[in-house]
Amino acid sequence: MRKTSLDCVYELARRDPRVVFIGSDLGAGTLDSFKEEMPERFFMEGVTEQNIIGMAAGLAMEGYIPYVNTIATFITRRCFEQVAVDLCLHNLPVRLIGNGGGLVYAPLGPTHLAIEDISIMRSLPNMTVVAPVDKEEMARFVPQTLDMPGPVYIRLAKGGDPIVSRAENGFTVGKAILMRDPGDILLVSTGVMTNRALDAAAALEATGGLRCGVLHMHTVKPLDDAALLDLAGKVRGIVTVEEHTLVGGLGSAVNDLLGDRLGRRAPPVLRLGIPDRFPDKYGTQDDLLGYYGLQPDAIANSVREFASVHLR
Amino acid sequence: MTHEAHIRVVGDDLDERSLALRRLVVRGLDGGKRGHMGSAFSLIEMLRVLYDDILRFDPKNPTWADRDRCILSKGHGCLALYAILADKGFFPAAELDRFCQFDGMLGGHPERAKVPGVEASTGALGHGLSIGLGQALAMRLQNRDSRVFVIMGDGEINEGSVWEAALCAGKHRLSNLVAMVDYNKLQSYDRTSIVQDLEPLADKWRAFGFDVREVDGHDVDQLHRVLSNVPFDCGKPSAIICHTVKGRGIAVAEGNPEWHHRSKINDDEVAAMYAELE
Repeated sequence: MRKTSLDCVYELARRDPRVVFIGSDLGAGTLDSFKEEMPERFFMEGVTEQNIIGMAAGLAMEGYIPYVNTIATFITRRCFEQVAVDLCLHNLPVRLIGNGGGLVYAPLGPTHLAIEDISIMRSLPNMTVVAPVDKEEMARFVPQTLDMPGPVYIRLAKGGDPIVSRAENGFTVGKAILMRDPGDILLVSTGVMTNRALDAAAALEATGGLRCGVLHMHTVKPLDDAALLDLAGKVRGIVTVEEHTLVGGLGSAVNDLLGDRLGRRAPPVLRLGIPDRFPDKYGTQDDLLGYYGLQPDAIANSVREFASVHLR
Repeated sequence: MTHEAHIRVVGDDLDERSLALRRLVVRGLDGGKRGHMGSAFSLIEMLRVLYDDILRFDPKNPTWADRDRCILSKGHGCLALYAILADKGFFPAAELDRFCQFDGMLGGHPERAKVPGVEASTGALGHGLSIGLGQALAMRLQNRDSRVFVIMGDGEINEGSVWEAALCAGKHRLSNLVAMVDYNKLQSYDRTSIVQDLEPLADKWRAFGFDVREVDGHDVDQLHRVLSNVPFDCGKPSAIICHTVKGRGIAVAEGNPEWHHRSKINDDEVAAMYAELE
């Protein structure tokens, strides 16, 4: 997914002279072809995230479209004020590509995990927040960023993630994709959790006859209010699934919308995600997803329990 | 020469132009009944020389692509910037009467989207130099001869982000970038030498790849001479350390940390300031 996103940036840069790339201190060889062909628009500025965001703002003020890439937690937490003031207050077309969203950097511990990136990015006016499910969806999405007017945060997954997106569904920023029609329950997920949600829905139907839809909310901000409100009126329960803290992420956004717009008419909501504490285990991304009950079997179990309470 | 040697003493004469710009600042202070007064008064001559003699700009076309960019990174000194922008005709001076008011255009920190002539929304400290170097890189990419001036406060350069930007500007040898420090030796709490000593300041900028000059930041001729000669080295960014006096022009405010920011400024204080600036 990361390679795909950077390849897309390279292709965009080849055809549009406004595109510049700014990395921090990325791995050797990153975008070598970009550097060779368009050295004047390739910047590798070292471990200076605050400076990189301001520099991107200055370039964007003068007509450039900077794509900035570094580790997700350092592009969100470390330089939050620069993102808020330099990018969002000025509403500039800078694209932030965050490596290792969620629990990808499991072995490296809590300093490197990005489990509140969506929450803090969606708190900022003018910011768009997108988490594609796989590299094919990433390839459909990134070219659309070229002419988006404001800042965009792009959450990357580990890479090698299963391909579950379909070309015929297309991709429009801010438009959720219904990947599986709902029965009584609707799962709402973002990023690679959509593939877990699809597996959980399939297992639920196969084992117990519980029909669950899956709405892939690749754009967490702006949320696709229309799709969600439409489906909320057709199901008896909603379960949100995110590789993210339960504080302020997708589940919160869904709850906010349903509470504000439907009040007591809103279906019951269960939010699955990471509890409000720093992760205390290492291992792999899959290990930690298992630890937090975010692998398909555990999601299915949570949904069954939820259904047993609310669908009686 | 030590920096103390540059500092003028209270009572030095300011010429009519410097007094008139300070009176515009007082108009803003009166409009909002508040403001970072000391921080604005140390900046007046720096901005005056830039806008009178150095910068290329067109008040009728504030976004003219070939203008020089000037970012007031120490956004809290905005009353001085508003004064010179009003003086140059970017907007009517009457806007100063609504400083910080609900529907006013001029807030307590400058905003690019609201105020013609303001290049960047600043106020959170340590942002301007990075934005400015991004603009300077853009000018280089576009083969424009526009220059970028970034004015920072001495307290502001406590921020680590300033030194990230300094590293980056030095690396890129941005000779079209000029970093100016309003070195009035006082930050909000106390003297900079006590809160977070910056010395040896010129050596620091030199070490980051800048060609450095030090001037009396209230001496119009010195400022003019130095600013007319940027870049000092065609392969380096420039830094100009402007030795100034906080609150310059109002005796009670000069070098007085209590005048860093004032609120509830009353009519008597305003009248006294006008009288002193006649």
